[in-house]
Amino acid sequence: MQQENAFTTALNLILSGDAVLGEIVVLSLAVTLTALLVSAIIGLPLGAALALARFPGRSFLVVTFNALMGLPPVVAGLAVYLMLSRSGPLGWLGILFSPSAMIVAQTLLITPIIVSLTRQVVEDLWGEYEEQLRSLGSSRLQAIPTLLWDGRFSLITAILAGFGRASAEVGAILIVGGNIAGYTRTMTTAIALETSRGDLALALGLGIILLGITLSLNAAAYVTGRLAQKAAG
Amino acid sequence: MSFMRSVLVAGAIALSSLPGLASAQDFITVASTTSTEQSGLFGHILPIFKEKTGIEVRVIAQGTGQALETGRRGDADVVFVHAKAAEEEFVKEGFGVERKEVMYNDFVIVGPGEDPAGIKGGNDAVAALKKISEAGATFTSRGDDSGTHKAELALWKQAGVKPSGDWYRELGTGMGPTLNTSAQMPAYTLTDRATWLSFENKGPLEIVVEGDPKLFNQYGVILVNPAKHPHVKAEQGQAFIDWLVSPEGQKAIADYKINGQQLFFPNASAS
Repeated sequence: MQQENAFTTALNLILSGDAVLGEIVVLSLAVTLTALLVSAIIGLPLGAALALARFPGRSFLVVTFNALMGLPPVVAGLAVYLMLSRSGPLGWLGILFSPSAMIVAQTLLITPIIVSLTRQVVEDLWGEYEEQLRSLGSSRLQAIPTLLWDGRFSLITAILAGFGRASAEVGAILIVGGNIAGYTRTMTTAIALETSRGDLALALGLGIILLGITLSLNAAAYVTGRLAQKAAG
Repeated sequence: MSFMRSVLVAGAIALSSLPGLASAQDFITVASTTSTEQSGLFGHILPIFKEKTGIEVRVIAQGTGQALETGRRGDADVVFVHAKAAEEEFVKEGFGVERKEVMYNDFVIVGPGEDPAGIKGGNDAVAALKKISEAGATFTSRGDDSGTHKAELALWKQAGVKPSGDWYRELGTGMGPTLNTSAQMPAYTLTDRATWLSFENKGPLEIVVEGDPKLFNQYGVILVNPAKHPHVKAEQGQAFIDWLVSPEGQKAIADYKINGQQLFFPNASAS
């Protein structure tokens, strides 16, 4: 019964152009996409450097980033909470319980995913093109931009994996954002709230909308990738 | 060191200037309980307060224990909770300025309609808990140091029962999730009436015990002490507290109803 209602609820919410829902969707996307952008800016070069550079402790870093892909969101949230709390080292920033804090937490969660997947992609490409690049006089680190560009289609998957983790996540942003109505309430925290209130149809309806958005974004990325691949020949 | 600091400042500025995420300056953060937020009370009274003062109130709904901890850490300007002893402790430790009583409602014991412990229709909470433990009927506890959890433990103490065993389930979660779980088990549990009335997944649960003076549930509001945490927005926070206990605020609380039933009863002492 609840399940059937969920589809009707989802449809009604979308069709009625619910303003609160609109705000929640926009905030969710703004937080997740900003975190994704920051993570990509950090993670892509870092992953490539980790693939190519040779230094003591490299294996340790590789394993650490791989392990951090499994960082429990609630632990990441707690760590960011303790850092940003007024009683914590970064309390003077005054950004706890704000979208900024949620961006920090999600960045912490998805950067390891982008670093690790990028490292794998670039490592494989280096294995393939090492001789060619060396004959062109390129050193390992000089090859980073070339290899990142060459692996761009595979790297889209790394970015999408990051997006998936961030947009589905609730444990961390609930702790650092506080789920404040109209300010830090996102799709996932709203779903958690409606479940708590026992309004399971509304919770599931919101879930269906979130899945729809995720599906659309992934489809867009897929189509763009295919078109670009064709254009690149 | 100073480099790190400037990087962090730059980062913070970048973060706070994100389009669409910029925050209004005139706001306060209130750490409150799930019962006040999830019952819809804040949704009803906060727009009235904002209309009058222009101050936006951002509510973080937590259990009472956690809300007081948020206040202790300086992460909220005002705490609005329901556990008198813990609130007085909070003020005594110097984290709060002054505790003011705002409103009350009551706790009720809910349970499956089949009523395996045979307590339906009673109005003696302590006797009912005794019967539940004797019958070994499943009882779920919040187990999360919330106001409701503290009230439940006090009742067990008066019943002279140390709750433990297969029939006593500590869930460690909020009121809503506890009711969701209790409806499925099914189990008896203690809930505040506001959350119960606004809860939409009752299943086989119904009120079995109510009306015991021991089930009285008082809410209090406290300004976090600016002497401990200088960034606390004392002026706006105090304005919110003054409004809550004013005739206008008290009327706004009394006016909030679900299906014609009043959820909270204002009882601020005239000052």
